[in-house]
This record gives sequence, C-alpha cells and structure tokens, in this order.
Amino acid sequence: MEAGELRQDAVDPSATAYSRIAGAWLRGQGVLIALILVFLFGVWRYGETFTSSFNLWTLAKNNTYFALIALGMTFVIMTGGIDLSVGAVVALSAVTAARLSPHGLWVALAAAIGIGLLVGVINGGIIAVFKVQPFIVTLALLLGARGAALNLSHNASVSVDYATNYKDLWKTEIGPVPLPVVIVVVAYLLGSIMLNLTRFGRHILAIGGNEEAARLAGLPINRTLFFVYLLSGGLAGLAGALLAAQGNTGSPIAAVGWELTAIAAVVVGGTLLTGGRGSVWTTLVGVLLLGLIFNELNFERGKGIFDLTQYWEEVIRGLFLLIVIILQARLTNTARVTRTM
Amino acid sequence: MSRVQGPVIDLHWTLDTGLLTCGIASLKAGKLTEPSPTPPSAPETLLEMRDIVKVFPGVVALDHARLTVLKGEVHAIVGQNGAGKSTLTKILNGAYRRDGGTIVFEGREVDFSTPHQAQVGGISTIFQEINLVPFRSVAENIFMGREPRRFGLIDWPRMNREAREILTRSGIELDVKQPLLNLNVALQQMVAIARAVSFGSKLVIMDEPTSSLDEREVETLFDAIRQLKSTGVSVIYISHRLDELHQVGDTITIMRDGQTIEETSLADISKLEIVAKMLGKNIGELRSEGTTGFSERKTDIETPPFYVASHVEAKPVLNDASIELRKGEILGLSGLLGSGRTELARVLFGADKPENGSLSLDGVPSPIASPRDAIRQGIGYCSEDRKAEGIIPEMSVRENLTLAALPTLTKNGIIDPKEQAKIVDRFVELLSIKTSDVEQPISQLSGGNQQKVLLARWLCLEPRLLLLDEPTRGIDVGAKAEIHHLIESLADEGMSVLMITSEIEEIVEGSNRVTVLRDGRTVAEFDRAQIDQDVIIAAMAEGHDPFPSTVEE
Amino acid sequence: MASTTPRVSAGARSLPELVRNSSQTQRALFALIALSIYNAFATTNFLTFATLRVNLTQVATIVIVGVGMTYVIGSAGIDLSVGALMAISGALAPKIFDSQRALLSNEWIGIPLAIVIPILVAGAFGYFNGYLITKFKIQPIIATLVLFLGGRGIAKALSDGNLVEFNKPHFDYLGTGRPFGIPVQVIVMIVIAIVAAWGLRSTTFGRYVLAIGGNERAAELAGVPVTRVKRQIYVLSGLLAGVAGLIVVAINTSSDPYQVGQDMELDAIAAVAVGGTPFTGGRATIAGTVIGAFFIHQVRYTLISHGVPDGTTRMVIAGAILIAVLLQRPKAGWR
Repeated sequence: MEAGELRQDAVDPSATAYSRIAGAWLRGQGVLIALILVFLFGVWRYGETFTSSFNLWTLAKNNTYFALIALGMTFVIMTGGIDLSVGAVVALSAVTAARLSPHGLWVALAAAIGIGLLVGVINGGIIAVFKVQPFIVTLALLLGARGAALNLSHNASVSVDYATNYKDLWKTEIGPVPLPVVIVVVAYLLGSIMLNLTRFGRHILAIGGNEEAARLAGLPINRTLFFVYLLSGGLAGLAGALLAAQGNTGSPIAAVGWELTAIAAVVVGGTLLTGGRGSVWTTLVGVLLLGLIFNELNFERGKGIFDLTQYWEEVIRGLFLLIVIILQARLTNTARVTRTM
Repeated sequence: MSRVQGPVIDLHWTLDTGLLTCGIASLKAGKLTEPSPTPPSAPETLLEMRDIVKVFPGVVALDHARLTVLKGEVHAIVGQNGAGKSTLTKILNGAYRRDGGTIVFEGREVDFSTPHQAQVGGISTIFQEINLVPFRSVAENIFMGREPRRFGLIDWPRMNREAREILTRSGIELDVKQPLLNLNVALQQMVAIARAVSFGSKLVIMDEPTSSLDEREVETLFDAIRQLKSTGVSVIYISHRLDELHQVGDTITIMRDGQTIEETSLADISKLEIVAKMLGKNIGELRSEGTTGFSERKTDIETPPFYVASHVEAKPVLNDASIELRKGEILGLSGLLGSGRTELARVLFGADKPENGSLSLDGVPSPIASPRDAIRQGIGYCSEDRKAEGIIPEMSVRENLTLAALPTLTKNGIIDPKEQAKIVDRFVELLSIKTSDVEQPISQLSGGNQQKVLLARWLCLEPRLLLLDEPTRGIDVGAKAEIHHLIESLADEGMSVLMITSEIEEIVEGSNRVTVLRDGRTVAEFDRAQIDQDVIIAAMAEGHDPFPSTVEE
Repeated sequence: MASTTPRVSAGARSLPELVRNSSQTQRALFALIALSIYNAFATTNFLTFATLRVNLTQVATIVIVGVGMTYVIGSAGIDLSVGALMAISGALAPKIFDSQRALLSNEWIGIPLAIVIPILVAGAFGYFNGYLITKFKIQPIIATLVLFLGGRGIAKALSDGNLVEFNKPHFDYLGTGRPFGIPVQVIVMIVIAIVAAWGLRSTTFGRYVLAIGGNERAAELAGVPVTRVKRQIYVLSGLLAGVAGLIVVAINTSSDPYQVGQDMELDAIAAVAVGGTPFTGGRATIAGTVIGAFFIHQVRYTLISHGVPDGTTRMVIAGAILIAVLLQRPKAGWR
C-alpha cells in the first residue's frame, strides 16, 4: 500500500485520501479493530463468565453455520450477484440430514451437501445460461427450497436418529477444538487459497469488478458464475448438516432470514455489494463481530439492565447492513469519479 | 481450474534477453511468430485492410475503406463523427464482423471474431473507457486471464516480478501490487499498454486515449507511445485533437462517410488541410451556394444579448468557453469533435454544472441549476444523441412530443387529453411529422421524424431559446431542408437558436453569428459579414488566427 | 406453469399460433382462462359464489401490492421490501387500537388512527427506500434489501415476536366486511387497480414513471423531476403494502409478524412479470398485473384444493415464477 504515494501527486488528493481511508477501513482493519474492541468490552464488563472457554467455544460453535453460508455468499457477492436462497437451503439440507441420519453420518452428510449443491446447480444454471438477475432466481429458489423442505419433512420437525453417529458431527472435539469449528477453519482456508491462488478465484473478482473487461480478456464468465452459485449452495448444505446435528432435529421452518446474517457479515467484512472487491477472512471477522455483539447483548439481558428482546437482533443486523451499504455507495461513487474523470 | 477459451496459450517467458519473448502456440498453428526485438530497418507493411464494407441496418458505415499500417509507425486516423473510424478499428479487433473486404496482418489473412482472439493474435486495443478491473492490482490486470501458475496455483511472486519488468521496460516505475484504482487515468493507460506488450502485440489500437488526460499526463502517454515505437510495435491512434497528431504521429488516414479520403505522411499535411479534408471541403474553393435549406438573407441581429456565459470551465473538456445569445438570432457554434460544443450546451441547459465561470440570464447571475430550471426559463435542448438522451423508445409519438409540456397540460396532475391531442395534432401537421398514428411508438419512426418530434417537444412550450445539438445528424436530405426552414422561421418569430453542427454549410448558410470552440476555449467569433467557410475552418483547426495566412500551396 | 397450461389447452383448441403471436398479457389471460375452465370441471365447488368470494378476498392483497410493484418495475426499479412493510403495518395496527392511552382507547379515534398511521409508516419506509436509491445512487435491489431483511425484524420487535390476537369488529371490517355482499378488500382492490391504471395513463406522475423507466437520461433532459418521482414511486409501493398488511391482519383478526406478507415480494413480482410488465422498465400494465395476480393465486388454489401439500405448492409457484421471468427475458443479457 505504501508505494502508492509514488504517484500520489498525479491523483486528485481529496478523492484518494477519502477512498483510501474508507477503503482501508472497509478492507478489514476496521472490522478487526472493532472485533477486538467489542471483545475487550466484553472482558471488562462481564469478566470470567464471558471469557470462560465454555462461553467462547459455544459462541464459536453457534456461529459456524453462519460462517459457512457467509463464505459462500462472499464469493457470490464478489461477482456482483446475490444468493437469497441460502436460508431455505439450510432448512432443506437440515431436514434431509435428519431424514437420512439412520443411515449414518456419512450418508446424511453427503445427502445434505448434495441437496445444497442441487439448488446451487439450478441457481447457477439459470443465472449463467439465461442471464436472469440473480436476486429473482434465488428469491424463487428461496420459495422452492422451503417448499421442498416442507414436503420432505411432512410439515413437521424431523428428529435425528440417536442410534447413529450423526450427532458426532457436532459433539466431536479435536483437542480442545470442536469439530464444527475445525470444519469452518478448513473451509475458510480452502476458500482463501481458492480466492488468492487460483485463476477461478481471481476471475471471480475480475468479473465482479468489470464484467466487460473480463469478457474482453476471454475469461470464462458463465462457468465462473455457475460454480460460484454451486459453491454457495454446497456450503449452505453443509451448514444445514451442522444445524441438524446441533439441534438433533431438522426443521423445515428453521433458518428463516439467515441470508440477512450472511449478507450483513459479508458487507461488514468489507466485501463490496457491487462486486469486485472483498476478502474471505474479513467475512469471518464480520461473522464473529456480529456473533460477539449478540452474545454480549445476551449478557446485558442477563444483567437485566435493559431489555432488548432478541427480535431486535434482526433490526440491528439490518442497521449494520444499512450503514455499510451507505459507506460502500459513497466509496464506489468516489471511485467512479476518480476513474472516469 | 479455468482455462482460457479458444486458442490454447502456452507462455514461455525468457527474461535473460532483456526483452520479453512470448511464444504463443495458437490452435491455428503458426499464426504468430516470435516478435523481433529490434525495429526493422526498412518500413515493412504490418497491416493492410482493403475494401472493408460494413452495413448496419439502414446505414452503410464503411464503404470500401482501406488502411495500411507500417511496422513501427504511429498511424493516426481522423474523421468526423460517423466517418467510420471506430467501426474500422472494431472490425480489425474482432468486435464487429465485416461484410466485405480483406485484412492482411503480418502477411497472412486474418479474421478475428472477438477482441480477445485479436489480442492473442497480436492486436491489442486500449479502449477509451479503460477496460481493466479497478479493484485488482496492477500486476493482476496485466496478467488477467493468463496468470502464471505453479503447481496449479497462482505464482504471485513471479506475476509481480514480471509485471514490474514489463513496466520498467516502458519506463514506468510503480508498485504493481496496488489496486489499479489508485492510479490516475494516464497510468491506467500505461498498465493497459503494458498488458498489450505482455501479449507480444505488434499493433496497439488507441481510441481517443487523451480525451480525459491533462497536459502532463498526455506527455507521459506520448513517451510510452514512443517507447512502443522504438521496440517495433505499431500504433493506431484515433484522436480528434489535431495538435497531438503532429507530435506523436507518423502517418495519417483521413476518413469521411465511411471511406478513406486520404492516406499520407503527417509531415506533408497541415492541420488546416486535415480539417478541410475531414469536412470534405477544399480550402479556397468557391463555396457552392444553396446547398442547405437555409435562405440567403441573413443579417446581423443587433439586439442585446440576454443569455451570457463567460469563462465557463468544466473539466476535463471545457477550459474557458464564453458565449452570448441574442433574441431572434441563429448562433452557429462550431468546433471539431471534442472541442466542447456539446458540453457547453449542456452547461447552458443546466444539465452539467460548471466548476468555474458564470452564467447570467436577463442580467440575473446563475439562475439555472437543472434542466427543469432551464425549461422554466424558456430554454429547450435537443441532444446530439437522439437515442440515448432524446427519445423514450417505448413511448408513443404523442407522449414523446408532450413529455416536457406535461406540467402545462395538467390540472392537479391530471393530464387533459383534449388539450394534449390538440397540441400533438397541431405540431404533427406543422412539422409534417410522418407517422401512421400518433400512438405509434417513436422508435418505429425514421430518424428525421424522430428529430421533428423532439423539436416539437420544445416548440410546444414556445421557448425563447432552443439549443440544438447536431439537429440534422443521421437525417435524410429532405427532412434536413425542412428542419433548416423551421429553424429559420423560428428565429424570424423572435426565438433564439443555438445551432451546433459539424456540417460547415449549415454554419455558413444558417447562422447570423458564429462562435468557434477549440479545446474547450472560445477562440473566435464572427459576425454575419465575417462568416466564411475558410476562416471558420482555420479557426477550428488552428485557433485564434482567423485569417488563412497558413494556407499555402 | 405459465407455458404448460396454455399448451394443454392449445392442443384441444389448436391455437398454437395464437399463443405464439400474443403478448405476454394475452398469454397470461389465456392461461388464467384455461386454468379456470379446468377448475370448473375438475375442482368441486369451484363455480360457487362462495368460492369466488374466497378467491377474490385472497387475491386482493396480491393485486394491491402488485399495483405498487408495477409502478416500481415500470420505472426500471424493484422493491423487495413490500412483504416486510406489510408485516410492520400489520404489527403496528393492534399497537394503536389496543393502546390503553386515553385518546386511543376511544374507538372513534383509535380505529381510524390504527388504519391511517400504519399506512403512513409503511409509506415513510418506502420514502426511505427511495431516499437510499436517489441520494446515494444505490441500486434498488440492494437498497430495498435492507428492509426486505431487516424490516420483518422491526415487525417482530414491535410485537415481541408474538402473534397478537384482537377483537375489534370495526377494524376487522377491513377484512371481513361485506357491503352489498362484496368483501371490503375486494372493493379496495378494485378501486386501487382502477385508480392506478387510470393514474398510469392519465397523470403526469404516471407518464413520468414510464419515462424514467424507458430512458432516464432523456427524461431528465426533458425536465422530468427524476429524483422526486422516484421517491414518490417507492412511497406509493410502501403505502400500498401498508394497506395490504392491514387487510391481512383484519382477515385473521390477529397479527403474526412471521406470517404477514411472507413471500409477498415474490407473489407481487411474479404477478407483474406474468402480467407482461418487463423488468427493463418503460412499459407497464396494471390490467396485466391483475391478471397475473389472479393467475398466481389460482395456481395455488388449484393445487391446494386438490390436496397437493403446501411444500409442493410452493415449489410449483417458484417454478412458475422462473418460467415467467424466462419468458420475460429481453434478448440482450442484463445483470
């Protein structure tokens, strides 16, 4: 970043200073600092109960499914698209996993991921081949996947078979680290490698940044878009499998509105909603930040100082989304000015 | 994971020679050979386009155009809007398919179907709107689509190193890891050029590369172009800034109406001659009179100016433009493409805000902040781009005609259909707009009739000033004459008209007064008695000198 | 669905040509008629006055919201927040008429306020959408996403996530009243649809909406107050969502923040798309939207009355929406 000042003189100083500050903030330092501050606030205010390994590991575990769908959403948003179907896919795959849990962990897990991939194929196929706006396709699939979940569960929650090893998915610990957390870390590691070290990853960013340029450079646009939605579907499927293992049940009405959590985490993490710019790790930081804030709100509720019902969580997430969208709009508008003028 | 579609590219980078050698094994074998590291001693033909024909629905865009580019030269292409220069280069780089003619590149007939294929084949295009990805790093932009890999993963150190080397060779030092966004437009163009170089391009097409650069940036770009030239790369340089051509160009192709008018060395031709050829005029030739629909009885209008714009500045185009308009006159606004004619009209209409300078209407300073304000003050504006800024294609003739007048046709927001029909009928008849039915969508009308509807959109408001930007572009001769008559009779009734046009006859025959812009500055003003084709062309080409002393031969 | 249904009938009537040459609105009407004919034979009690009335009551909210969506899409925008705004409006009403505060407990003050305020609040949220879109130049999809996702949270927070039951006959009249045997919301629907269709054609506002959707730059240069009109469009969409929200809670005599307006944005967008208003803007048909709404609703009704599970019904509707959108797709790609 530092070497940018070499040619600083040639650029309109006010515009760059602004976009650079905002850009740096959005690129993640800001959100990481926020995470640390919120954490320190928790340590200071709630002490032992907050820093107990039980609280922290529970916090981490309970955010694993958000982390997974947010990872998929990060890639989708980087292409300039959106996937509104992830919440419904989580419910569908949770029901699928619960139904198939008598056949053991591997079958149920594979089926849950498989059904997520299937929704991803439909999303990606229609978006890539027919060039329909992603929001309308994934909105329809939100309805469709929810319907499929209702069908598969016969409109009721499906219990996970206790006789099999399915619940191990949630309970197993590797050293002190719960398996779901390991899964998330591995997924983010792979995601980060894919984004930074493979052509596929760079093409995602190129397409989102300037689709026309990507076309002129001969990049495989349709294929990239297709795989991005496929990936999002598959990760939502995995998230659903974890959800079923956590609650020992697959509910067709679970995970309503989770797309909000995912989108909010992604944009809080600094990925531009218009595409072309973002990072995988800051999305994880965004997930943790939101998770930590709601964890602390719970502590506040426990202290009985103010009574903010859990229903405000959605509103708060929405506010986060709003603030970041406005910041991003100003950033991209400034960027556009410096680019074309 | 993802491979570039089309020809398989196999890149071998040998860096020890000091020059990048890149062998591309195309599927169409042998399309490319290694670039020679030294410029050829004798001028060799690199590209020859012959008898190129391109027909768009209803228009012949290219009519047996030709273009010859030698190895290692900078070849300028100039022409008015619609002369065919962009179409010609788009056919060359595969963006358009041609309808006839041959292209010989490096001694072989070629036929590219996408710009990407052309790039792989050795022809790169630097587009006016730079087509790179703003948020990605400089190095990534240079290598987009063929990032170097190691064990299937992107080899970042190598990519950054090679990007740096490519830029260094072009004489540019910059941090290749920073996002492109951080660079100014000139440097972004350097990156685009570096990308072209890294493809081993033999020919780089630049379409108006300096249109958004300031003077210092232009110099940087020219240095890069000279650098390219010294390595044997040829450049096709499209520009409307004539001063630049002589600075950087070797040869020039002048186009008009889809044909190649002249191909010559830049050393042998003056700016004045270039402009004259672009406009299809011979300097010193007696003007053939009566070629337009304007009558010949123009006089000086002596009314005091009511709308005055002085020293208007709106970057990057307008630098110091001044203009004044008088009641009942037709003011011709002349200037080459990119001289700021349209931009000035937009400022006068409140569509763009000037950064500096002042507007005053009836002695009141800066009363116009938006098109709505302008309309309230009795000003109308017909854009040069009928399709993008004029018609609402899905709407009917009736609705397009009355769009601006709706506030006057409504009571409490409800449209009075009788009043509307009355106005529509009146103007359809008055301007003899040919339409089967006023409910017909405007997009189905001919260009001339669309233009008449747009004129009627303003005329029904009875404005006192009409800003007409290329009012007769893309219109057949008959409709043209009708519009000329109309403009004249409007002025006779006391309306003031600002007429922007590239057709010199319209300026000469139709104006009471002429203002000439050049590079965003007002460089000359002529009263009726001074209006003369040669003098105006000289002002457009050379600036201040209204007397054609430079015309020799 | 939209395409298979006519094909079935086309075989019987041999009218494939007609189908191919017709506009999207005509196709939707054709599909609706075909579906009705099918129901007349295959669905018991379809041709009774009671069934008709039930269907009309249920379709009313889709039409009302769809009308607003038609204006929005006609201006080349989109409004994803309508379902959430319905929930907010629905949650707000009982807050007002159940309030124990002195003035509001009086029915003659409380009930009218419980109708007016929620609608105005929904309109205010619509203004918020329009403000984001015009002030910060945010794409409509993203701008309305905030309330699509967060708005339902506001409704839940208003009612603490509970289903609120109430018994206010004067308020319930909105959903259950039947002057001259016609349900109130059907009258509201008809009035809104007629006024909207007239307004689209005969008011400056209506023409400005389409001018903006057809060519925003040209509209601006012709003196159309683009910013103001855009904000008004989203206000209108919000107001109509507010009305629909009230109708839903009045029918149920309860307000469930989870259920009110659930999936309504999809139904409304689908009704608009099926009815023949293109997403690219510049053209819009209220009549088409009404037909589209009836079609979407009748597909659902047909499936449910034949005992098809709710889940399958949703999947079929999702498929119908995708097909309608694919049929609407302009030749050039747009993303």
